[in-house]
Amino acid sequence: MSPGLDILDVESTPMPHKTEPVMHADVKAKAESKSWFYTDIVKDHFFNPRNILINDADAEKQEFDGVGMVGSPACGDGMKMWIKVDKEQDRIVDCKWQTFGCASAIGSTSMLSVMVTENGGTTIQKALELKPMDIMNRLGGLPTRKFHCSVLGDKALRAAINDHFRRSGQNDRIIVEGARIIDPDLKITDKDIEEAILDGARTIEDVQHKLKVGVFNKSCLPAVEELIRFYTEKYFG
Amino acid sequence: MTTRTIYLDNAAATPMRQEVKEAMEPFHQDIYGNPGSFNSVGHEALEHVDGARKTVARVLNCAERELIFTGGGTESINLAIKGVAFAKKKGHIITTTVEHHAVLNTCEWLEKHGFEATYLPVDKYGMVTPEQVRDAIRPDTILVSVMYANNEIGTIMPIQEIAKACKEKRVLFHTDACQAGCSQNLNVKELGIDMLTLNGSKIYGPKGVGLLYVRLGVQLEPLVHGGGQEGGKRGGTENVAGIVGFATALALSQQENGQENERLIRLRDHLAIGILQRVPKAVLNGHPTKRLPNNVNVSILDIEGEALTLLLNEHGICTSTGSACTSGSLEPSHVILATGLPYEFAHGSIRFTMGRDTTIDDIEKVIEVMPEAVKRLRAISPYNLKLDEYFSKEEQQAMVEQLVKVTSR
Repeated sequence: MSPGLDILDVESTPMPHKTEPVMHADVKAKAESKSWFYTDIVKDHFFNPRNILINDADAEKQEFDGVGMVGSPACGDGMKMWIKVDKEQDRIVDCKWQTFGCASAIGSTSMLSVMVTENGGTTIQKALELKPMDIMNRLGGLPTRKFHCSVLGDKALRAAINDHFRRSGQNDRIIVEGARIIDPDLKITDKDIEEAILDGARTIEDVQHKLKVGVFNKSCLPAVEELIRFYTEKYFG
Repeated sequence: MTTRTIYLDNAAATPMRQEVKEAMEPFHQDIYGNPGSFNSVGHEALEHVDGARKTVARVLNCAERELIFTGGGTESINLAIKGVAFAKKKGHIITTTVEHHAVLNTCEWLEKHGFEATYLPVDKYGMVTPEQVRDAIRPDTILVSVMYANNEIGTIMPIQEIAKACKEKRVLFHTDACQAGCSQNLNVKELGIDMLTLNGSKIYGPKGVGLLYVRLGVQLEPLVHGGGQEGGKRGGTENVAGIVGFATALALSQQENGQENERLIRLRDHLAIGILQRVPKAVLNGHPTKRLPNNVNVSILDIEGEALTLLLNEHGICTSTGSACTSGSLEPSHVILATGLPYEFAHGSIRFTMGRDTTIDDIEKVIEVMPEAVKRLRAISPYNLKLDEYFSKEEQQAMVEQLVKVTSR
């Protein structure tokens, strides 16, 4: 090809020789950031977990007032939480934990244990008011699909508090997580739908893919839709 | 001190070879014509595309017009499966439960549009047999699609025998060979296959370019309609740089794979044995010998794969996991579940895929770091599962012995 050849062909455009990429600030931030998906706070709590319980013998020795466990190896997350309670002040003074799960599960539990024990401990009342969103905020955020990890920590703490109520004879204070049956054929409850939303389901199709809810009993579909809206707004709104 | 990055995620993406980068260089600025243009600038580009096509045809032992360049492995798979489905208008497709999602989701989508699909189960190694395929073929079966080698656990399928079974029953056979591009035989005549998918980014070539081999005579509807490029099967101006890069990468990988396979297999077995011997309650996923030369996949009880991946990353070791926590769907590896292992094994799985740059020192480093990282996570895990409840002592021992026997040969 001769250097002076005119390009009349519109089929192909020569690439400009100097390209100065124009980048929006957020695109640039994304391009420059390291490949971590987690905030520095999550990483810190993952690599240096606080308040972990080293072994079970330790737990017996320390005489905790309540133990709670949620999850299973099969579902990919499992947490066990031990608490010590100052009974006069009705205050959690120590909180230890063990977690099987990803970095955000480990980081969330670690942060939760800090939150309930800092500044001389949290009253049980305040601890029960803690929301998964509070843990998330203290962590500087979690990727959306990791949100359920902070929920599990919260549930383990509630289970430990209930165990404390049971052991100390405060049966009237035990909080029973009420589950309402939505699909009577498949015995699917509102809690199952909540779990599905936390696992990333957003539409009725997503939820049905996970739970098969309303596939046979279509009369429950309006209630399912309502719950999807409710929980999506509660957690992600 | 900066730690050397030990990149063991070559099944996800391979670094581009220097030769490929150099081969592609002229097409970014100097040779910019449209291969479809009737002028000298366009003609120059066309010659390079033709040259690349010749190179690939030589490697695959096929005719140049049997090759369709696409935008990647996923597109090639979509074109193969949907292309045949649309040409036949209705019918039944057979595939396996361990395919890449490009295959599984395409088949599931076709099921929503009036086609039927059978997903063949696999054995504990992740393998299907030619007999299974033969038995599943029905009078209305239009296509069988079985992967050449599994992207997660590295199991190599008996595709030559499967192709034979399909031929006997006069059913088309497609294989997703994305993970097989470097190390396996791609001679389509010898293998007797009708369609084969390859991907540039798994063979030290560029991303965004793939290939579909389609045997002459196979009826295929295009998915991307346009200006008649790629024999009318895939419209759109040719990705000249990508095509040239792809051909260069494929030719080099196939040329070198004799020695390179041997080297990788030594590293692979050394790593697998090292982990099984030094990490308690670890099992090898996939087949001990019928596996890709660069793949080691293990499941470790009591811990979760994503957390382990992150700890290894602190040591500069890049791996990937089949744990639910890194998948968008929050479902753990469908492949490990398909081999019959329970969820806890899928959550604790980790994949190491070596490459041209991997050295024995890298592998030693992994073997050194792994036990410590696992110990650290086990220390904070509430579980202490018993491997003996899933595998007998004999099975556990046999797993290591099989590997040791192979390496001492």
